[in-house]
Amino acid sequence: MSSLLVFAISFAQICILLAMLFCTIRLLIGPAAQDRILALDTLWMTTMLQALMMGLRFSNELYFELALLIALTGFVSSIALAKFLMRGEIIE
Amino acid sequence: MPFVGSFIAAFMPEDARNREAWLASFIAVCGLVVTLWLYPLVASGEVIRYRLEWMPEMGLYFSLRMDGLAWLFMALLEVITLLVVLYARYYMSPKDPVPRFFSFLLAFKGSMVGVLLSGNLIQMVLFWELTSLASFLLISYWHHRADARRGARMSLTVTATGGLCLLTGVLMLGHIVGSYELDDVLAVGDLVRAHPWYVPTFILIALGAMTKSAQFPFHFWLPHAMAAPTPVSSYLHSATMVKAGIFLLIRLWPILSGTSEWTWVVAGAGICTMLLASFFAIFQHDLKGLLAYSTISHLGLITVLLGIGSPLAMVAAIFHTLNHATFKASLFMAVGIIDHESGTRDMRQLRGLLHMMPYTSTLAIIASAAMAGVPLLNGFLSKEMFFSETLHWGYGKWMSVAAIVYGIFSVAYSLRFIYVFFGKPAQDLPSQPHEPPRWMRFPVEFLVLCCLIVGIIPGLSIGPMLHLAVESVLGTQTPHYSLAVWHGFNTPLMMSIGALALGVVFYTVLRLFANLTHIDKVPVFHRFSGAQAYESFFLWLTVGAGRVETWLSTRRIQPQILVILSVAIISAAVAWPKEVKFDFALATKDLDPWFALLWLIGCTCAVGAAWQAKYHRLRALILLGGTGVITCITFLMLSAPDLALTQLMVETVTAILILLGLRWLPARLSPKELNIEVPLTVWGRRSRDFSLAFIAGLGMAGLSYWVMITPKHETISDFFMLRALTEGGGSNVVNVLLVDFRGFDTMGEICVLTIVSLTVYALLRRFRPAPESMPLPAQQNNLADPAIRQTPQQQASVGYLMVPGVYLRLISPVIVLIAAYLFMRGHNMPGGGFVAGLTLAIAIILQYMLAGTTWIEARLILRPGRWLAFGLSVVLATGAGAWLFGYPFLTSHTTHLTLPLLGEIHVPSAFFFDLGVFAVVVGSTILILVALAHQALRSHRQPGSTQSDYQTLKELN
Repeated sequence: MSSLLVFAISFAQICILLAMLFCTIRLLIGPAAQDRILALDTLWMTTMLQALMMGLRFSNELYFELALLIALTGFVSSIALAKFLMRGEIIE
Repeated sequence: MPFVGSFIAAFMPEDARNREAWLASFIAVCGLVVTLWLYPLVASGEVIRYRLEWMPEMGLYFSLRMDGLAWLFMALLEVITLLVVLYARYYMSPKDPVPRFFSFLLAFKGSMVGVLLSGNLIQMVLFWELTSLASFLLISYWHHRADARRGARMSLTVTATGGLCLLTGVLMLGHIVGSYELDDVLAVGDLVRAHPWYVPTFILIALGAMTKSAQFPFHFWLPHAMAAPTPVSSYLHSATMVKAGIFLLIRLWPILSGTSEWTWVVAGAGICTMLLASFFAIFQHDLKGLLAYSTISHLGLITVLLGIGSPLAMVAAIFHTLNHATFKASLFMAVGIIDHESGTRDMRQLRGLLHMMPYTSTLAIIASAAMAGVPLLNGFLSKEMFFSETLHWGYGKWMSVAAIVYGIFSVAYSLRFIYVFFGKPAQDLPSQPHEPPRWMRFPVEFLVLCCLIVGIIPGLSIGPMLHLAVESVLGTQTPHYSLAVWHGFNTPLMMSIGALALGVVFYTVLRLFANLTHIDKVPVFHRFSGAQAYESFFLWLTVGAGRVETWLSTRRIQPQILVILSVAIISAAVAWPKEVKFDFALATKDLDPWFALLWLIGCTCAVGAAWQAKYHRLRALILLGGTGVITCITFLMLSAPDLALTQLMVETVTAILILLGLRWLPARLSPKELNIEVPLTVWGRRSRDFSLAFIAGLGMAGLSYWVMITPKHETISDFFMLRALTEGGGSNVVNVLLVDFRGFDTMGEICVLTIVSLTVYALLRRFRPAPESMPLPAQQNNLADPAIRQTPQQQASVGYLMVPGVYLRLISPVIVLIAAYLFMRGHNMPGGGFVAGLTLAIAIILQYMLAGTTWIEARLILRPGRWLAFGLSVVLATGAGAWLFGYPFLTSHTTHLTLPLLGEIHVPSAFFFDLGVFAVVVGSTILILVALAHQALRSHRQPGSTQSDYQTLKELN
């Protein structure tokens, strides 16, 4: 693997990590519940990106698969939380 | 055989009185025939033994042993059983459930035979306890009556406690002797008596025998046991149950008797019992109560005889046991007839029965004369032997005095009993008495005839059998004795006649001057009631247990968790090995800053969740989600994609579950919102809880980190890594571990999962939310919101949920496909039944969230119960399938099949196991989540419309 790629991947990972940190701050301070839910959703998204980066770094396609699965189901809890805020119960 | 009979009898129809009686008599007759058939063998002095291997390595055998003593008791038991069965056929009313009666009766007989014939002490104690149990069931036969239940419980408590003492004593005895076989034990009497353990062993065994035989101070249960049907009383209290204690004392007489402890304990208890019970008997108004106390006093007499310890006293004891059985059984039956015919047993009402039922009355009078010890009846003979033995007792004259006093009392209560037959016929009886059916009277006739025959020609009738029993106990010590009515004019005869005369005088005095019929309490002694002491003790025990429980235990989960966590933390701190030092340099040497930051995020989220959990549950839940994300990514980092996958699914399902539950929790307002000051103690408590949670979490995180940085040792995972492909047929070690190597564990776990989900479902059916969370959530009452006028289905198709509606419906087949994919490849790649099951469950729950329960359940018929059943059956069938090929349960096998379209595929048997896991996971997840979701439907319903609710629940399953 070329050193440029290694550098690029490391850089991307650090950027995503920063994004995660910011998400965490939002998660902690809020202020509205909607902010926190969005932060959590973004946290899942950044996790998916991290998985993709790791897949590139370790050249293992299993990570891509997992990234796909996170994309597919990570939003479910966000939807549940959103519906809870909207209607007060998630299954009517 | 009686046990088999008992089993058969239990399954007969309710009204099969005749068939039941035939069955029971058939068994009793068989037993009698076998017993009589063995007579020549036993009579020739042989001991019949039969032995089955039970636990030979422990020195335990199932052994039967019959000598003269056992033979005599067996014969007595069989005869009395036969008579009682015949009697019960007529006594039990057609309304009573007879199968139960005969079933218990036969079970009792079986256990009694076991006690008599056991050749092994442990085995004897086992049957002994069985008699306690069967008698409990018999006494509580009329279980709708409170006194029957109370009496039965009392008898069980007392006799079973005695049984435990007996077991301990027998174990000690076995330890002294070195064997539990009766033959070995009986051979070494001197050794036992000289052993330092003799006294405790003897006391414990005596406790067992004395509780069973209702000896003072344990006599109180027997009168209360009179609440049983009369056949039961006559069976238990004349010939069988209470005689078991006597039998035990006789059985162990050769090894335990002959010491001063034996004499004082046994004879002392016997004298107290004899005098007190005969005194009590005079003051009873209930016929059965009188007989109960007289039974106790006669048992006391036998115990005294055993306590005296001379060989002649032993002869008298065995003889009196037989005599008492015959006249007491007949008396009980006669009382039963009187009760049956006249409707009452109260001696204050009954009068002049001789006119109304002359035949039965005559029989009862003869029997009670035998009880009083009138010459020419069997009671006279054994009583005279008793008198003569007390004269020869070495410890002073007071024993003779006690015997005479007892004689007076017993004559007095016999007269009291007889009195009901004379006088002017009573007019105010509940029903008009007349003679009972022919065959109901027969047992009484037979027994009274026995009394007469034995009383007149003892040497010819009972002599040989008695001799046989005595010889088997005493062996070479057998004394010379003569059974005859007339021994010349000697002191015992004087005592007999004196007791008779004084008894008549005593009774007349009581009757004329002390107004006997109007005394409700036994003079002086009613203050010392054993039953009262028993009840008080148990009340005290219950109240005490309640106090201890309220003091030590709680139903709230918070204190329980507090205690568990504190104990865990403290024990970890105490047990921490000294040589393991926290080395900061080592801990941070290989630390990846990127990884450290990730964990920082995770830890912050976790701590934040703990901080917010008190007043802001939703915030805490979201923060927990953050922790879940970090856990997931940590698994990814450490190349454990399988775990990351599972974590992802579990996170999602947990979030949904908690949100569903959150709807029903009443909102909590923080003190700031309520504008109140928080007291300092409350702050202290919360800080304590928070720091506890913090320390526990930190400890767990530290431990897992420590495991990761510690150099790797040889662990069991290497073993599994190595064997997974070769032996389990799969390259995904985690999955192979779950479905193959640890298949049995997994099976247990999915069983637990099934049970838990069914329990949750059952609990939720009865769930009623708190009043403040009953109404619709505030969001659904906001009239400005257009969604409020829409059904969930409309919201999903044209309302505010339109976009996610389209998207989620499109994506759901994809999720199902992925579930199938994860499942199929699970054996070799990340995936497997568990993850696939969760994925499918998520797909279904998504549709529920989208369009509401009503819409989904009109289109999709889910039967979580069947999923569970299917899963468990598949797992079991897979496991049991290995048996077909001769392998142990759950052995797995791998084959390669060639299918036409798919080509060669790899089919391990664990595949089917995994299928079961998959089905159970889907079933239980759906069952719990949907049951929670249905609460929303139930709370909106109008009161009274339970029908629709019931229907929805029925459709759910």
